[in-house]
Amino acid sequence: MDLAQGVQIVSFAVLSVMMIGAALGVVLFSNVVYSAFLLGGVFISIAGMYILLNGDFVAAAQVLIYVGAVNVLILFAIMLVNKREDYQPMAKHWIRQGATALVCAGIFTLLSTMVLITPWSIAPNPVPGQNSTVQIGQHFFNDFLLPFEVASLLLLIAMIGAIVLARREYIPDEQLPDLTKQTGLTLPERPRELLNPQRK
Amino acid sequence: MNSGIDLQETFIDSLMGLGIPPGAAKAIWMPLPMFLIIIGATVGVLVVVWLERKISAAAQQRIGPEFAGPLGVLQAVADGIKLVFKEDIVPAKSDSILFTLGPVIVVIPVFLSFLVVPFGQNLVITDLNIGIFLWIALSSIAPIGLLMSGYASNNKYSLLGGLRAAAQSISYELPLALAVLAIAMMSNSLSTIDIVEQQSGYGILGWNVWRQPAGFLIFWISALAECERLPFDLPEAEEELVAGYQTEYSGMKFGLFYIGSYVNLILSSLLFAILYLGGWESPIPIELLGNLLGADETSPWLQVIDAALGITMTGLKAYFLIFLAILLRWTVPRVRIDQLLNLGWKFLLPVGLVNLLLTAGLKLAFPVAFGG
Repeated sequence: MDLAQGVQIVSFAVLSVMMIGAALGVVLFSNVVYSAFLLGGVFISIAGMYILLNGDFVAAAQVLIYVGAVNVLILFAIMLVNKREDYQPMAKHWIRQGATALVCAGIFTLLSTMVLITPWSIAPNPVPGQNSTVQIGQHFFNDFLLPFEVASLLLLIAMIGAIVLARREYIPDEQLPDLTKQTGLTLPERPRELLNPQRK
Repeated sequence: MNSGIDLQETFIDSLMGLGIPPGAAKAIWMPLPMFLIIIGATVGVLVVVWLERKISAAAQQRIGPEFAGPLGVLQAVADGIKLVFKEDIVPAKSDSILFTLGPVIVVIPVFLSFLVVPFGQNLVITDLNIGIFLWIALSSIAPIGLLMSGYASNNKYSLLGGLRAAAQSISYELPLALAVLAIAMMSNSLSTIDIVEQQSGYGILGWNVWRQPAGFLIFWISALAECERLPFDLPEAEEELVAGYQTEYSGMKFGLFYIGSYVNLILSSLLFAILYLGGWESPIPIELLGNLLGADETSPWLQVIDAALGITMTGLKAYFLIFLAILLRWTVPRVRIDQLLNLGWKFLLPVGLVNLLLTAGLKLAFPVAFGG
């Protein structure tokens, strides 16, 4: 085992621990903001895995799309709402959690049996430094042309749907803001002790 | 093609001559250029801060820093030392973990992007196949750090600043990527080395500025917006948001934001020089001069001069662009947030798409001039 192999094994271990730990954090944290930030950690570790597998282009795309766009948008949505709400402890909430755990374990076994059973046609060892970008491009425009184009159609549908949802033209009359009652523009914020000059 | 000086091979060969195994020799080599680049970037920040002070002073008919060192060159160092010794305050009721992590996440990707900045044929840390794409991907991480610090400060101005920063960086990433894509299309590669080589050979006439007149404007506007420089410094607009996401920060955490923004400016200028201004190529091709003097292309002294000239050229071009950015900062007023988003989505994005389409058409029509 030479130096490069050792580095690979160590980084594989570190990335795996990071990924599983962050993923558990996403699920188990009750604070939704922490979950969203840890999701970014999961995506970054997956990108690291791609680099270990010589998929440099896929790794960069993973960072760009999942961390740079998806995760930022999730955080953006959470922070625009920024509603700080503590979950009320419910009676018998363990039933819900148990059911969730059961479903997750079922999906995990299903996927792992699928991975083990499927006869993967693994390509001969990719030469390190091979230009994966060119290969991906060639596959996209030859044998995977139809799925590639259909995916773009799907994205277009999603985009139009988002525009329709966001641009509702009709505003009911009774919900027009009452201009006589002027309320200050306030952002929801955690309470903090401020010096109040009026109540001296 | 003359390959120039290969410091890495020479270094590893000399270490192997001392009886060190090749793997270990390579491991000893690897940190050296990384440290060099980090130190270079940090020194670059000091120079840019000094330049900014001096040029802004000149723009406002002041003198600027004068007493710290000759012409005030040590003023930036003094500022840095002050920041190091300042008290590091974490506001009460803020989220201290996220508060600390925020600036770190902002700074690391910027320094990481220097991996792909070439200063010469072999003067680059790694010549990755995905080169310039790595920079675009890494620069998209920064808004997470900004959102994190804005949220963790527990301050409405910080939160607004963080949200603005994220919105701005998402909007301007698209035109930036489209402009870079047009270049990649002409160079048939994403590697920064290939992009510069494709511009070489004809001196100043071969640079991409002439072939991408719309592209370089889009790139420059988007790069300024990504760096949050005026006229696009809405996330930290002093008059509206105190200092945006930096409001609650002090000491070295604020210093990290400060360093990050200036290193980002240097990085953007370097990449602009590489993408559009021919990188390390001098305006008059060096081979031509060598031939005129009757020098052999492979002679060692010419190669040393070539390498030195390459570094100087890259630096000169980058600093010219930094000068432009500073001058812009002190001449152009800040845009409003709706104007900013309109400019990004309704103007730059369509123009970027048309530019990409035109480049593709021209590449098919004139493969000689547009890299067939």
